[in-house]
Amino acid sequence: MVVVRVVLGLLTLFAVSVVIFVATQALPGNAAYAVLGHSATPQRLHALEDQLHLNRSLPSQYGSWIGGVLGGNFGTSLANRESVSSLIGPRLVNSAVLVIGAGLVGTLFAGILGLIAAARRDGLFDHVASVIALTITALPEFVVAIALVIVFAVNLLHILPAVSTIPPGTSPLDDISALWLPIGTLSLVIAPYIFRMTRGAVIEALESDYVEMAELKGISRWRVLLVHALPNSLPPVIQVIGLNLLYLAGGIVVVEYVFNYPGIGAALVDAVSNRDIPTIQFIVLILAAFYVFVNITTDVIALMASPRRRARR
Amino acid sequence: MSSRGQIGALTAPRRVVGRGTRREWLVILKRATRSRRGAVGLSLAGFVVLLALIGPLIAPHSPTAPVTLFPFSKPTSAASLGSDVLGRDVLSRVLDGGAVLLGIAAAATAIGVAAGVILGIAAAYYGRWTDGIIMRTVDVFLAFPQLVFALLLVSVVGPKLWLIMVAVGISHAPQVARVIRSVALDVCERDYVKAVELMDTPARKVMFGEILPNLSSVVMVELGLRFTTSIVIIAGLSFLGLGIQPPAANWGLMINENRIGLGVNPWAVVVPASLIALLTIGLNTYTDAIARASLGVDRPAEEMVVATGIILDRSA
Amino acid sequence: MSDTEQATKNGEQPQPPALGPHKLLTVDGLRVVVAGSKTDVVDDVSFTVTAGEVLGLVGESGSGKTTVALALMGYARRGLAIDGGSVKLEGDEVIGRSRGELRSVRGASIAYVAQDPTSALNPALKVGTQLREIFAAHPRCGQDKSDVNERIGELLAEVRLDGVGSALESYPHQLSGGQQQRVMLAMAFACQPKLILLDEPTTGLDVTTQRHVLDAIRGLCRIYHVGAVYVSHDLAVVADMANTVGVMYAGRLVELGPAARVFRAPGHPYTRGLLRAIPDPTRAHVLEGMEGQPPRPGSRPRGCFFAARCEFSRERCTVGFPPRYEIEGADRWARCLRADEVSRLPPLGELPLRHHAPPSESGQPLLKIESLDATYGDKEVLHQVSLTVAPRRCIAVVGESGAGKTTLARCIVGLHTSWAGKIEFDGIALARDRRHRDRNVMSSLQYVFQSPYTSLNPRKTVGRLIEQPLQQLFKVPAAERRDRVVAALRDAALSEDYLTRYPDQLSGGERQRVAIARALVVEPKVLVCDEVTSALDVSVQAAIVELLHRLKLERRLTLVLITHNLALVRSLADDVVILRVGSVVEHGHEVLDHPSSEYALQLLADVPSLSLV
Repeated sequence: MVVVRVVLGLLTLFAVSVVIFVATQALPGNAAYAVLGHSATPQRLHALEDQLHLNRSLPSQYGSWIGGVLGGNFGTSLANRESVSSLIGPRLVNSAVLVIGAGLVGTLFAGILGLIAAARRDGLFDHVASVIALTITALPEFVVAIALVIVFAVNLLHILPAVSTIPPGTSPLDDISALWLPIGTLSLVIAPYIFRMTRGAVIEALESDYVEMAELKGISRWRVLLVHALPNSLPPVIQVIGLNLLYLAGGIVVVEYVFNYPGIGAALVDAVSNRDIPTIQFIVLILAAFYVFVNITTDVIALMASPRRRARR
Repeated sequence: MSSRGQIGALTAPRRVVGRGTRREWLVILKRATRSRRGAVGLSLAGFVVLLALIGPLIAPHSPTAPVTLFPFSKPTSAASLGSDVLGRDVLSRVLDGGAVLLGIAAAATAIGVAAGVILGIAAAYYGRWTDGIIMRTVDVFLAFPQLVFALLLVSVVGPKLWLIMVAVGISHAPQVARVIRSVALDVCERDYVKAVELMDTPARKVMFGEILPNLSSVVMVELGLRFTTSIVIIAGLSFLGLGIQPPAANWGLMINENRIGLGVNPWAVVVPASLIALLTIGLNTYTDAIARASLGVDRPAEEMVVATGIILDRSA
Repeated sequence: MSDTEQATKNGEQPQPPALGPHKLLTVDGLRVVVAGSKTDVVDDVSFTVTAGEVLGLVGESGSGKTTVALALMGYARRGLAIDGGSVKLEGDEVIGRSRGELRSVRGASIAYVAQDPTSALNPALKVGTQLREIFAAHPRCGQDKSDVNERIGELLAEVRLDGVGSALESYPHQLSGGQQQRVMLAMAFACQPKLILLDEPTTGLDVTTQRHVLDAIRGLCRIYHVGAVYVSHDLAVVADMANTVGVMYAGRLVELGPAARVFRAPGHPYTRGLLRAIPDPTRAHVLEGMEGQPPRPGSRPRGCFFAARCEFSRERCTVGFPPRYEIEGADRWARCLRADEVSRLPPLGELPLRHHAPPSESGQPLLKIESLDATYGDKEVLHQVSLTVAPRRCIAVVGESGAGKTTLARCIVGLHTSWAGKIEFDGIALARDRRHRDRNVMSSLQYVFQSPYTSLNPRKTVGRLIEQPLQQLFKVPAAERRDRVVAALRDAALSEDYLTRYPDQLSGGERQRVAIARALVVEPKVLVCDEVTSALDVSVQAAIVELLHRLKLERRLTLVLITHNLALVRSLADDVVILRVGSVVEHGHEVLDHPSSEYALQLLADVPSLSLV
């Protein structure tokens, strides 16, 4: 059954690549004209059309693109005239640092808070935490980012840099102070959701018949919470963590832009402004591949964690 | 089903409602509005919406012509919030900057939820092949974070308003379809749907006459959440400079273009940011109140957990 | 027969005999309220249990019996709170103890066996883990056995799970319902408790498994000499298991006494009403239901709660809740002003027997099923089923869960489409799918679903629900529709006021009548009733059964009754078909009186019956 999911994932990815391709190169109107806009002279149009293979039929265009992708050649950036992979490659690492960092921080922090809130349901902690979660989850990332900048960098305190310029060639881990605000923003963005879902899943487990039975057998509260309730809350929580990693993939676009962080999110914004189609295609494909990968992983883990489902398949 | 459900049945007072019950959504809305959360949420959001709608009419100065020569000057009696990066009156731009945003967000929400509801119910009702095709397609589009999807389309066609509306609308449909399908699957299995099928009722009538009315609370919650998301995405696009184009005033844009002056005149950033925050927080709180108000309405709590579990799903 | 009407004051108990067996459990004035309010859910409950005695606590849904059982451990579910009274186990008070103290009592001195083992066992933990943790939680338990494993082995043997390969290593879902319940029993008896609380432990089990589980319980109670409280709505099972019976109604204990005497000569009109409503698997008699419903917490009247529904009620019954009146001795009482009188009446008096005529020789069958094979997914559910249904008779299709009865019913009406074979209605062969059937055929074959809580769209009024088939199938104009809807309502014994009501304003019995009216409005010839009483309380079931019988006669209907309840079959059916795992085992008019198959013999032997008391 793992194999089935992997195959389905690959098929999805294939379909995604078709969608990307269609969106960027198959729309009515000449794509080259759209890219060049006002600066379109007949010579430039021809040159660009040649470069983008727009003279050939759609399927063959797609074929050459996909062939290139699978072979590791992602085309040449229209803005920089360098290979896309060499431009974006290092940025991938930077973005990965953000995503993983925020994922870990946010999940641990919010998960534990959610567990406590569920254990002391309707208490003061629960109410306060739930209200705060509801508030933060509504805010757009850029508002959270700006708020953090105002508080920590510019207006109230001055302890963190407002932008995270990392010199090319160095690793983001060399200067942690540049990471605080971006990771902080992203963690705040996903934490409320993880908090609510963990709390919800644990409460549902605590209200179940088997937890009642355990209490009636005289089992201690701690054991009931950790041994009886928690294992049954895990599958939904794992799904949620998966979903949150996906938010992060989208959230890094805005956050990297705000903090001038050299990752693929900021690169995407630049590419869109410049209409640098190969770069755009590459970055979106990576994000989609990330989505598929996370999906498969969480599905498999959730399957493993639930003996009942495991047995049925 | 848990044997503990009996307590609710034991002690809940039986609702004595007259003809009005048929308008289930109205009952839920009233209950939500009367609750504390609902009242707070509605006031916050309502205040901002009102400001956005009336703002353009009461702006003291033109939002696009410079007021003073100096950018980022402090608030004065003439310009109570100071000036922005190009010397324009911040107050006027703030008052002017919400209407378009809300309008497009509302349209995108309507498109997305309508499409999602139709797809979701169809997938649940017809099952098998139809379900498979719809859900696989949905899965493909779910691979794109919503903001990224909008960016993708903008990169080709340009930041046109109609495109943003359509792009954001389409990106909502998969999420909504998933949630609706999940709840509709449950309803489709209910005996009252089978009873009506035994009367040779055409599929269209079953889907929209029998099943949809029982989904009203989920649809309302989705409307609330998607609206919030639409606002976030469109404001975000404008923030990146790829949404509603300058020189028109726009809250998202204002936050970005005035960032460099944060140390000098923070109001140019703080006010539009606060307005967006109040709007989204208010909307989210009100939607939460709606979700809670629907809980007792002959719908087992599990369904709402399923719905609410996925509802806060917004990728930007 | 002494029978002095002894008016007792303020819950003062009639004195128990001075000498006698050791009182294990003494409950006095137990009161449970809605948390945070003064609204009582259960009040003034007092009884005793001796070691080795089984007390049956009977009542319908909402009577508070489970609430009482849980309160015996000092436990109240979310939303409820124990507000007063005393529960003494061997002299030690349980109410008001601290959480830690209660935890040491639960599972050790008092054990609980839940109703549904599938949800009471944690699906993520192995059976062995869930058994072992009891010993870990109660270190003093199993004191005289040095090895916990040895003790566990003993327990498994006692509940007859030792033959089941590696039961300890299995997850709950890998065991059958009966096996799961035995695990619950093993967990309950692990620490050799003094008192066992059994909460409808055989609900959902088929008749034969139920018999085995009940035998196991009886055996264990005997071995360990425990006292037991057996909660159930099934009087026949309680008659089988209990020495003493307590009857609960609307949160009050209204009758208490030795089981044999209470069931033979009930002292409270409610108990009497229950006995008259329950079908008997050994003889067919007319059933008598009780109209109305028990008052919910918060809307209970000042006087006797049952007075509104009681045929014996008088003016003075509404003055205050009646105290306990003894009947033939201090070990038996009922809270009714006329208890003595009521107990002298034969409980089933004036309920005529019902005679089911044998089938007439001639006549074409209305419904003919030949060699029906049906599948559900890739599993074969029905195998070569053949039967005939004669017109204007009631045929019962009986079997355990999984026998394929519902599938058969759905094939007949065209809801289930993966079948092969032939189904003929009135001589015409029926298409598999209802969509390919003629409208007249569809209106002639009507279906009533099991649960009235899910068969009516909550968003529609009763009037709209009933007129829908008229509109959809025959496009009947509005004026005529209304008349026909009102007529159908009347046939189902509902007044015109119901037209504008919504389902959630109706009780279960009323809803089922609406569902029946909806089926009747198109004037069908055949009514397929799929377990139509299973979701209803006993007192309401009787009314629906009698309604169906009356409709059969007045409207000249043919009834196909799907059910697992043999007693119901005895009462209502003319002909019987027994299904077992998809195949017909036996069929005919005389099956219940003269069963020829071993399966039928076993079924009839395993069914608990009140008449054996």
